[in-house]
Amino acid sequence: MTTVALKPATMAQALGRALRDAMAADPSVHVMGEDVGTLGGVFRVTDGLAKEFGDDRCTDTPLAEAGILGAAVGMAMYGLRPVVEMQFDAFAYPAFEQLLSHVAKMRNRTRGAMPLPITIRVPYGGGIGGVEHHSDSSEAYYMATPGLHVVMPATVSDAYGMLREAIASDDPVVFLEPKRLYWSKDSWNPDEPEAVEPIGRAVVRREGRSATLITYGPSVPVCLEAAEAARAEGWDLEVVDLRSLVPFDDETVAASVRRTGRAVVVHESTGFGGPGGEIAARVTERCFHHLEAPVLRVAGFDIPYPPPMLERHHLPGVDRILDAVGRLQWEAQS
Amino acid sequence: MTVMEQRGAYRPTPPPAWQPRTDPAPLLPDALPHRVLGTDAAAKVDPALLRRLHSELVRGRRYNVQATALTKQGRLAVYPSSTGQEACEVAAALVLEDRDWLFPSYRDTLAAVARGLDPVQALTLLRGDWHTGYDPHEHRIAPLCTPLATQLPHAVGLAHAARLKGDDVVALALVGDGGTSEGDFHEALNFAAVWQAPVVFLVQNNGFAISVPLAKQTAAPSLAHKAVGYGMPGRLVDGNDAVAVHQVLSEAIAHARAGGGPTLVEAVTYRIDAHTNADDATRYRGDAEVETWRGHDPVTLVERELTERGLLDEAALQAVRDDAEAMAADLRERMNQDPVLDPMDLFAHVYAQPTTQLLEQESQLRAELDAEADGTLGAGPHGPEGAGR
Repeated sequence: MTTVALKPATMAQALGRALRDAMAADPSVHVMGEDVGTLGGVFRVTDGLAKEFGDDRCTDTPLAEAGILGAAVGMAMYGLRPVVEMQFDAFAYPAFEQLLSHVAKMRNRTRGAMPLPITIRVPYGGGIGGVEHHSDSSEAYYMATPGLHVVMPATVSDAYGMLREAIASDDPVVFLEPKRLYWSKDSWNPDEPEAVEPIGRAVVRREGRSATLITYGPSVPVCLEAAEAARAEGWDLEVVDLRSLVPFDDETVAASVRRTGRAVVVHESTGFGGPGGEIAARVTERCFHHLEAPVLRVAGFDIPYPPPMLERHHLPGVDRILDAVGRLQWEAQS
Repeated sequence: MTVMEQRGAYRPTPPPAWQPRTDPAPLLPDALPHRVLGTDAAAKVDPALLRRLHSELVRGRRYNVQATALTKQGRLAVYPSSTGQEACEVAAALVLEDRDWLFPSYRDTLAAVARGLDPVQALTLLRGDWHTGYDPHEHRIAPLCTPLATQLPHAVGLAHAARLKGDDVVALALVGDGGTSEGDFHEALNFAAVWQAPVVFLVQNNGFAISVPLAKQTAAPSLAHKAVGYGMPGRLVDGNDAVAVHQVLSEAIAHARAGGGPTLVEAVTYRIDAHTNADDATRYRGDAEVETWRGHDPVTLVERELTERGLLDEAALQAVRDDAEAMAADLRERMNQDPVLDPMDLFAHVYAQPTTQLLEQESQLRAELDAEADGTLGAGPHGPEGAGR
């Protein structure tokens, strides 16, 4: 038995490999979007696909997001499996009408006769020093729309495994790619990618007994860092990576909070109207008698995304997370 | 040599990268809408086509009358009538092959019916028992589309996909004059032309977007002229002349099928009825205008041609009307039956596999329905002062 030497790979590379393998495995998979062909995408995720599969399988489209997604709907109606790239989170908004009125509803309005297996890849979130309109956390808009799956990987392995599963799904999947994790590296074998948990299952990234940090996407590494720092304070924090907001894994989240009795939800999206409110409500409904303190949220401020030189004050960081953990009514503990 | 010394010899040239992309002249629409009926060309029209168009137009008119009546009887929630536009609706259905796809808007149930869809299924959306009352794959009719012009990119994508798969399929997308102001109209036509997709866009310019007349919608010379900006041909046709619409659409579809790319067709017609039964057209237009258009009625135009050429006697005309009456009677009878609804369907098709949250909500509704059936709904736990405590 030989051991495969694992090389470090970036999340962007794993995503690109997932697209390549999906296209090789299924001729109905088509990649389309702005600059995805010759350039290989502004984040180079689609690098090499047009060369390997031709312009008809990896297509540079006109610069029009509603047109891209609308055309993808028609292609899916005819049996293709489009994977569209929205170049940046805030540039996906012109496609909202197609997404909300057609992509999310087509299966339902046709009683299942016309499912739309479309994957919508959206580089999202802040922390890369992007200027205005390049750093939005738009997940709350998507998760408020029945009919869509809304998922976001936080690890290199998940990036590959979840994207393959999203493309294979017969339902539309909004696949949010944390921009600032594109260049994060992990040991990963592209020729034998490990199986990952299915979409819809949360994963405990770090076990702990004191409190649960519930998070996803770009905030997962931040929470893991906070959990390490918390050891000095005597707290043993559990970190749950949701991986998917829709479907939502109530079971794993509630099981963790019942064990720890305390929870903080962490995300970059705004607190008011953000996913944290929904998550806190769900936890409270299920774990009320196990809770030692109200579920707290550490979120982006309720402001338009700040200019890059100020974004560090907006994004949830280790100190803000630890501050929230400190407010979980420890003094009440006997 | 200094810049000053060069200046005398310097002659500006065109921008280095610029070259004309395409010759606009062949793309321009004719100055006047194309007509056949009432012109010398009418004599050459195949009698079989005339008879077919006539019987479909008579059925179509009867369908519009019947559907409007059903709104008054409370059997339809709403009906956007295509009365006066039957030539476009019928021609759109007849020019397509079985394998082709039709992309209708909410005003185009008649086109779907003329293509072979059961009228009860076509009217499901407007009755309100479900959104799409049919399997789109069965007759290759996309769901009736309510958000304006959003079905146009779908038609482009489907046509593009068919071409990629090597299938000989054309998509025909229907939109109104108001819809041409939407961004999706622009994006769809641009994609179609860039991809040379086998798709035809039929704009039924019926004069109004609910109450707003075309003059407030566009400053273009005609809607057909918009095609030139995308690099596709624009055609202008008398939308009440069924033969002309049939001809122009057939040519555009043959062009697309042969790999020639998309065409934009503007059919000039008129919405005789209000926007829907809920609208009051007297607030924004006068009777005289409507009467003028009644004098250019699509059914009458074909009927007159047939009669003048001796192709339609009293008996034949009666047979066509009897057939339309039978269709209306059948529609009336079936629409007068209450649809059988299963509220649990609400959860059945949101996702391929329902989420755990939807399963919980499904159980909740089922319990409510059971309680309703038992007469125990609302008899659950009460507050401390409530009954039974």
